[in-house]
Amino acid sequence: MTALRPPFVAIGLLSACVLSYEVLLMRLFSIVLWHHFAYMIISAAMLGYGASGTVLALLKDKIAPHFSLVYVIAAMGVVFMMPLSFLLAQQVPFNPLELLWDKIQLANLLAIYLLMMLPFFCGGFSIGLIFFRFGRDAGRIYAIDILGAGVGSIGVIALLFLVPPSKALIALTTLALLATAIAIVELKLRAKWLIGVFLGLALIVSVMLPDSWLQVHPSAYKDLNQTLNITGAQVIEERSSPLGQITVVKNSLIPFRYAPGMSLNATDEPPAQLGIFVDGNGPSVLTRFDGKLATLAYLDQLTSALPYHVLERPSVLVLGAGAGSDVLQALYHGAVTVDAVELNHNVIDLVQQRFRDFAGNLYNRHGVRVHKAEARGFVNTTYDRRHDLIQVALLDSFSVASAGLYSLSESYLYTVEALHTYLNHLTSGGMLAVTRWLTLPPRDSLKLFATAVSALERDGVSNPAARLVMIRGWKTVTLLVKNSDFTTKEITAIKEFSRTRSFDMAYYPGMRADEANHYNLLEQPYYFDGAVALLSSQRQDFLDRYKFYIEPATDDRPYFFHFFKWNSAGELFAMREQGGMPLIDWSYPLLVTTLVQAFMASALLILTPLAVSRFRRKLPTVWVALYFLSIGLAFMFMEIAFIQKFILFLAHPLYAVAVVLCAFLVFAAMGSWLTGRWQEKTTSRWHVPLAVMLMGVLSLLYLAVLPGLFQALIHFSDLAKITISLLLIAPLGLCMGVPFPTGIMRLACTAQEAIPWAWAINGCASVVGAVLATLLAIHLGFAVVILTATLIYGLACIFLTKLV
Amino acid sequence: MKNYFALGAFLYFCCTFPAQSEGYDVLRHKMVEEVLADIAAEVSYSESSALSPSVVAAMQKVERHLFVPASQTMRAYFNRPLPIGYGQTISQPLIVAMMTDLMQVKDSDKILEIGTGSGYQAAVLAEIVKSVYSIEIIHPLGKQAAERLKSLGYDNVEVRLGDGYYGWPEAAPFDAIIVTAAANHVPPPLLKQLKPGGRMLIPLGMHFMTQYLMLVEKKMDGSVTSRQILPVRFVPFTRKH
Repeated sequence: MTALRPPFVAIGLLSACVLSYEVLLMRLFSIVLWHHFAYMIISAAMLGYGASGTVLALLKDKIAPHFSLVYVIAAMGVVFMMPLSFLLAQQVPFNPLELLWDKIQLANLLAIYLLMMLPFFCGGFSIGLIFFRFGRDAGRIYAIDILGAGVGSIGVIALLFLVPPSKALIALTTLALLATAIAIVELKLRAKWLIGVFLGLALIVSVMLPDSWLQVHPSAYKDLNQTLNITGAQVIEERSSPLGQITVVKNSLIPFRYAPGMSLNATDEPPAQLGIFVDGNGPSVLTRFDGKLATLAYLDQLTSALPYHVLERPSVLVLGAGAGSDVLQALYHGAVTVDAVELNHNVIDLVQQRFRDFAGNLYNRHGVRVHKAEARGFVNTTYDRRHDLIQVALLDSFSVASAGLYSLSESYLYTVEALHTYLNHLTSGGMLAVTRWLTLPPRDSLKLFATAVSALERDGVSNPAARLVMIRGWKTVTLLVKNSDFTTKEITAIKEFSRTRSFDMAYYPGMRADEANHYNLLEQPYYFDGAVALLSSQRQDFLDRYKFYIEPATDDRPYFFHFFKWNSAGELFAMREQGGMPLIDWSYPLLVTTLVQAFMASALLILTPLAVSRFRRKLPTVWVALYFLSIGLAFMFMEIAFIQKFILFLAHPLYAVAVVLCAFLVFAAMGSWLTGRWQEKTTSRWHVPLAVMLMGVLSLLYLAVLPGLFQALIHFSDLAKITISLLLIAPLGLCMGVPFPTGIMRLACTAQEAIPWAWAINGCASVVGAVLATLLAIHLGFAVVILTATLIYGLACIFLTKLV
Repeated sequence: MKNYFALGAFLYFCCTFPAQSEGYDVLRHKMVEEVLADIAAEVSYSESSALSPSVVAAMQKVERHLFVPASQTMRAYFNRPLPIGYGQTISQPLIVAMMTDLMQVKDSDKILEIGTGSGYQAAVLAEIVKSVYSIEIIHPLGKQAAERLKSLGYDNVEVRLGDGYYGWPEAAPFDAIIVTAAANHVPPPLLKQLKPGGRMLIPLGMHFMTQYLMLVEKKMDGSVTSRQILPVRFVPFTRKH
């Protein structure tokens, strides 16, 4: 009888399933709830990995004689819990909007955490079991494990282009069944009939399961569900991709009438519109256009129409064109050409194909060119074409923006470097126009103003005050940034535009205090006061005293929507029942809560079972804990920070995440494989320090060189940029694949019973690391995250020497 | 046996109903006290720091527990918004009180409400004014509210199901209009139906989280201004000492 070998194929497939499932859950929970709750739930769920190590440590003696069977049972757990956990979680009546009103919602959230931990627990248990049983082969096992994860990360993105998320879940369940069947073969289990059972189940799940079985039920408070409650509303089109689930809604009885912040003096009505929702948020609208510009008169009553009263027949670049409202506005005002940039191919297709007639063939009209691209990337790469006006469209929905639900999202659209790029893209005398929702107390508009001031200063403008204009209506604020000084004639036109529409001047060069706050009255002229302070020598003092974080966002800290400050949150929280609660930006405290819960759950999952178990006398040394903790943290820091660094270069958030994540994992797999080979041939203990030193050198080099290199190569083709990215990531990834298997192999020789603990600690560290990396980036920037990771890897080298 | 059980249940209901009703009165009184204390302590939406007596009386009188689903009855007098089904909420009593107060309504007034919801806001208004015209876009919700208001004897409230965008031209003009449905712009027909000197109120924000209130005032010459009002006393920067 031949000796048992690790089930490499099964492990690879299982690992691919688990990582794909993680990505898929992000999509599913973004549809059901809101993005940051999805993040929170998945972070907690991933702790199931850590918990599995703990249980493995406690039960390892009992499990050891039945290793193969237990593995198959755990893998079956993945199969069943992947769909079941999500289905059951959907039954929990969790309403995040009530979280601070109703303590029962915390219990509901906890129930979802526990449910969602189960598939990750089973997955982690299966893989941890293999490390425990075949510890000396850790190099190859880890290689296959992360190779599977890498392939899974890119595979699931491809899958989501083909099928909606609910079907993707069925596909993953089928794959997990296949992985289990293969494990039976690889582990040489006697009950071969089980293979037939699993293959049969795979066939039933993939072919016969009805679509309705895994229906996704979004929260009743999401915009789409609210709209569908209205009599006459019907879904007429649905599209799905990894960028989001698009739903088009028509209502013939009570039509959409979307004209955000239209002047109170307006008498025009928007024509018929279709509502477009992404992941149930929105709407943005597709407006019927019959070629008669007069029907679009309402678009002249929005604050965003301001630049068209200053520029005559401009060439316009619309960033984030969506379904074309800003393109229509440009056409209405006689724009000579319009370049419309939109990232989501499904949205473009709706306008260009599916609703072409309704939209008046808008994206194929003479003078209109549509580009499927990421906004910032487009401006970076088309340096040869300049525009008189760049319009940054108002894409996020008011409700989501006002609740601060974006503050965790990185946005490279509103950074100092972005504004600098836009300004340099303009023709002489051209201007940038950005419209934001009016929030009270002012947040994003003042932050945008501060960002514009910094961008102008960076451009060497000695008097930024002469190049800025800001107006506000009752619901929107529009900022103009010109690449030369505003003339008196232009200021007169701006004042006239605002006066006739009862919009208030928030700032213009030479504005007097008594000109502010006339039509849409605030308790104080906060916008004018803020703008003046930001242009004065007292700027830093004002930023410090302001109760929201409105310092400019940069490419290294691209959190434009992060406004949270602890002091003011405390003040508002004290007044929560008097109306203070909605003024707090909730994403940031939720991120901190996620970190705290990850720490607490990790302690609960690792230390408590350890402390109470009869194994406490056989505890692994503190150095084992520190080593696996540090490499878990550092790996996540590196991975997350470099994904962000590459997003701007690859000019597409989704592709960047897919390519960079996959590359890191695949090259780390190769590094791990080489480590295994190396370990077999030599007794040298220097390969971890060597790898860490190389990583340190590369990280520092990349930090210094990448911005310039990316700027120089930004106009290369996508394929060339992906190849360059892979070449840059390869050595880093290879080095990052070394520490984990080295540690496990060391333990396999000296303290095999510590392997499950190492697995648990590393699992928890990965979760904590992901959240901590984001928090560090918000406060100190991604460069610091990378430097911290290098430092932690350095410490890991010291811990490794004590590992024996 | 079954009959005994039914009789027992009936007797329990008869005995406890007055007590519960009385209990609700106490809870409602406490709720209003809480609202008044909040307004005095933290709220800065108007020049005065107290609600007008007519609003206080209306809040004291309208039985909020009859406007929420049975599952929420126990929480009806908490000073918080509550879910009422169809993804809608009944507003926080503090916000209802503030909005009603800001509208400065009188007993002779005719009010238009866009977004009936549970009917609670309409009932509070109906305690003060002559007539309330309310339009609800979600049919089942509007139907429930209409029946509820009728059964509670609010004969001065009329509920219509459908599109609120064009207001209620037959009953126009109105002394005040309240738009509790999500509004991305103020419908021009509604402004037309507002009397010169009239007030329109729009709460803005998400469900469970009213961020600020917008008060639109139509002057006697027909021109319009708006005020954005934070419900809470909050200055966005620390003043220099």
